[in-house]
Amino acid sequence: MTTKLLKSIGIAVGGWAGSLVLFFPIAYMVLKSFQTEIDAATPSPKLIFTPTLANYAEAISAGVGPYAVNSIVVVVLSTLIVLVLAVPAAYALSIRQIDKAQDALFFFISTKMMPIAAGIIPVYVVASALGLLNTLTVLVIMHIGMNLPLAIWMIRSFMQEIPFEVLEAASVDGASGRRVMFSIILPLVRPGLASTALLCAVFSWNEYFYAVNLTTSKSTLPLFLQKFLSFGELYTAHVAAVATLVSLPVIIAGWLAQKSLVRGLLFGAVK
Amino acid sequence: MMSTLTKARPEPAEQAPSGDLSRADRWRLRGPLLPALVFTLVLTQIPFVLTIFYSFRRWNLLAGGEQGFNWGRNYVDVFTDPIFWKSILNTLLITGVSTIACIVFGLLVAMALNHSFPGRGFARTLAITPFFAMPVAVTLFWRSAMFDPTFGFFGFVSRTLGLPSVSWLSDYPLVALIILLTWRFCPFALLIMLAGLQGAPQDQLEAAQVDGAGWLSRFRYIVLPHLRPFIELASLLLAMNLIQTFGEIALLTAGGPAYATTNITFYIYLKAFNAFDFGFASALGVVSLVLTIALVSPALRLLSGIFQAEGRR
Repeated sequence: MTTKLLKSIGIAVGGWAGSLVLFFPIAYMVLKSFQTEIDAATPSPKLIFTPTLANYAEAISAGVGPYAVNSIVVVVLSTLIVLVLAVPAAYALSIRQIDKAQDALFFFISTKMMPIAAGIIPVYVVASALGLLNTLTVLVIMHIGMNLPLAIWMIRSFMQEIPFEVLEAASVDGASGRRVMFSIILPLVRPGLASTALLCAVFSWNEYFYAVNLTTSKSTLPLFLQKFLSFGELYTAHVAAVATLVSLPVIIAGWLAQKSLVRGLLFGAVK
Repeated sequence: MMSTLTKARPEPAEQAPSGDLSRADRWRLRGPLLPALVFTLVLTQIPFVLTIFYSFRRWNLLAGGEQGFNWGRNYVDVFTDPIFWKSILNTLLITGVSTIACIVFGLLVAMALNHSFPGRGFARTLAITPFFAMPVAVTLFWRSAMFDPTFGFFGFVSRTLGLPSVSWLSDYPLVALIILLTWRFCPFALLIMLAGLQGAPQDQLEAAQVDGAGWLSRFRYIVLPHLRPFIELASLLLAMNLIQTFGEIALLTAGGPAYATTNITFYIYLKAFNAFDFGFASALGVVSLVLTIALVSPALRLLSGIFQAEGRR
C-alpha cells in the first residue's frame, strides 16, 4: 500500500514539475511585466516589488493600437475565408469521397512541407508589381494559403466521424445536398470548426515571416514588437509587458481549443 | 490504398458507383473542392515555378547591371559557398535535435499527466501554454530575461549553484536556440503523446502486471508499440515546422554569431532582403526545395501508411 501511495505522489510531483518547467517562462514574463526596468534588471530575480502598470501604459502610448487593429483585421478575414474555402473542400474529400480524394489531400498536406522561404521572392516581386506590398491584403492572402491545408485536414477528419447512418437517413428522406450540409453536417462538426478556426487564428496572429518580408509600417503585432525595442537600453520589462499583452488573446484561444485540437490533428486516423 | 479506404467507409449515399458517372457529373461532384484547390495551386505552385526561373538569372539589386540568363552561375555560387553548407548543417541540427528533444520531454510529461492526480487538468493547461504564446514575443523575452549572462534567469541559476556564468547567445548560440525551440514546441508533442497514451490497451497492461512484468518491459513491449504511430506523426509535424524556423533565429541571434545559427530559411532571407541578390537567393530556394522534398518523401510515405491503417480499422 505504501509503495502505491509513494508511486502516486511521485506521479503527481512529476506531472506538476514537468508542467511548471514548461509554464515557468510565461509566468516569469508576466511577473516581469509588472516591474520597473530597474527591478527587472537585477542579477537575482526580484520577487518582492511594487507592481507598476507603467510598461503597459508605455506600450499603448507607443502605438500598439493600430498594429493590434491590423492584426485583428488580418486574423478575422483570413480565418473566415479559410473556413469558407475549407468546409466545401473537406466535404468533397470526406463525405462525398470524390475520385482521387487521397491525392488531393496529399497535395494540400505537401504544400505545408514546402519551405516558405523558397517562394518568397516571387511573392515579393508579384506583390510589388500589383502594388500590394505593405498592405493588409497581401497578408490576408498569404495567411489563407498558410492555414488552408491545415483547416481542410482538420475539418475533413471531423466530418469523417459523422456516422454514415445519419447521412443515409437524411438522403432517404430526400433532403437536398445543401440541406444536408446546413442542417446536418455543419451542426455536427461545429465544435470541430470552432477549434479549427481558433487554431488558424492563433497561427495567423503569430505569423512573422510574411509580415517582416512583405510589410513595413502597415503591419501586424509581431512587427510592432520588433520595432518597439530600442536596443542598448534596458528593455526586459517593456518586452515582457508587450509580450504578455499580445500573447494573452491567443493563449486563451489555445486553452479553449486544446481538446478538439488533438482530435482534429490526428486525422481521426490513429485512435 | 484507395480501395482500402473506400472499404472502411461504406459508399456514401450521394455517390453513385464512379463507373457510371459522366465527365460532367464528376466535375459537379468535385465542384466544392475546386475553389480551395485552385487557390492553393496558384498560391503555392506559381511561386515555385517563378523561383526556378529567377534562379537562372543574374539579378542583384545592389550590384546593378543587366538582368539576364547566366548559365547556372547562381548554382555554382551556391554550392561553392561555405555558408550555404553551414546553413544546411544548422538546419539539420536544429530540426533533428529539437524534434527528438520535444518528443522525449513531451512523452515524459505526458506519462505523468496520463495518471490522475490533484490538479491534472490545470497542470496540462499550463504545460501547453508556450505553444500558443506569440513566438516573436517570447523569443525577445527569452533573449534578455533568460539567456542574458548578467540579468538572465539561467545566469542566476548557475551563479546560485556556483557554476561559471555562461553567455549562452555568444558561446552556445545553437544550444540556446534549440532550448528555446524545444520549449516552444514540446507542448505540441505532449498533446499528441497524451492522446496516444490515453488509448493504450489497458487490459494488456493489467494482464502484464498480473504476470509480473516490470514497468520498463510493460512500457517497452506494450506502450511503445502502441505509441509508434503517434510518435511518427508528432515527429513529422514537428519537423515540418522546425525545418522552417525563422522568427526565433531572426530575433534571438540574427543568425549569428558568424552564421552559427543561420538555417537555410534565414540564409535565403539574408540573401534576398539584406544582400538583395534575388538570383542567388532563388537558387538557394530551389536547392532547399529539392532537399526538403528528398527529406519529406519518406515522411509522406509514412503518412500514407497511417492512412492505410485508417482503412484497416
